[in-house]
Amino acid sequence: MINGLVWLLVFQTVGELLARGLDVPVPGPVIGMLLLFVALQLRNAPESAGVLRVSDAMLRHLQLLFVPPAVGIITYFAAIRDDAVPMVGALVGSWLAGLVTVGLLVTLFTRRRGGAEK
Amino acid sequence: MSEIHDFLRTSPLAGVMLTLLGYRVGLEVKKLTHHHPLAQPVLIAVLVIGPLLWLLDVDYDEYLTGGSVIAFFLGPATVALAVPLHRQAHHLRKLLLPMLIAIPVGTVVSVVTGLLLVRALGGDHELELTMAPKSATTPIAIQITEQVGGIAAMVAVFTIAAGILGAVAGPTVMNWLRIRDHRARGLAMGAVSHGVGTSRSLHDHPTEGAFAGLSMGLTALATSIVVPLVVHMLG
Repeated sequence: MINGLVWLLVFQTVGELLARGLDVPVPGPVIGMLLLFVALQLRNAPESAGVLRVSDAMLRHLQLLFVPPAVGIITYFAAIRDDAVPMVGALVGSWLAGLVTVGLLVTLFTRRRGGAEK
Repeated sequence: MSEIHDFLRTSPLAGVMLTLLGYRVGLEVKKLTHHHPLAQPVLIAVLVIGPLLWLLDVDYDEYLTGGSVIAFFLGPATVALAVPLHRQAHHLRKLLLPMLIAIPVGTVVSVVTGLLLVRALGGDHELELTMAPKSATTPIAIQITEQVGGIAAMVAVFTIAAGILGAVAGPTVMNWLRIRDHRARGLAMGAVSHGVGTSRSLHDHPTEGAFAGLSMGLTALATSIVVPLVVHMLG
């Protein structure tokens, strides 16, 4: 488990360094995620690997890690109340539009390609 | 008495404990309501911790002394999203093309509708610029907002709210629309509700979780390219 956690931090560090060094607009941890994915694929990591076990444990409680930033919303309560219509309306409307677009586009393409394979 | 109060305010102990306590209550409520979609632990934790901070007279920055200890693990947890993707890698080749079309198109739709809806509903220009990058994961959304001239502190509120909205309502909306393919559901969730939405997807289905995590990463990249362009054209 400790080995696994060290690996996660190593990949995050490499990701952070690359994000800064190459000046790319992607968070360091996301680059770390892609690098770890490639490493896992290349080494064909077994289920017993420490990285897999520690990752499963962390991801089971992913929502816990979002609690501190989410609590921050309450500090903006007054600002949100004063401008509630454009804020809530645009947020919900735009969220819905994006969700529907991606969901339906992927469904459409996978169906069409699936059909072509038969 | 005030010495104890000061200790609790300055030590990370109280913030860590409150966060775990709130989350624990959230898990309990989730179990009691038989996994009702509204019972997302992060949402319940906020509803528990918010009033407690007010009662204890602790402000948000003081809470963060401990809160940031927990939030630190968001970094390694994001890296950990490689693991579900590794297990679902056999789906990837078929999905490559649909994904490379759907995510950029979805990003443009999110950014344009965010900006124009604020305008249509009477928000000011600064708010338009702050709403535009809200589908990206929080650190990237803050970076983009600073770049185009929005309110950096406010965008974090929008991204977190979009995330919680996804965790609460995303799967229900997709059920209505009969989006049943787990890969499509995951990609859509990650494209509008980043990590918080991904946490729900991981609990719903391993394939959904894997693709939500991947989609979150690609959307962050796409958003950082699309927002300056859209602001240039519509701003």
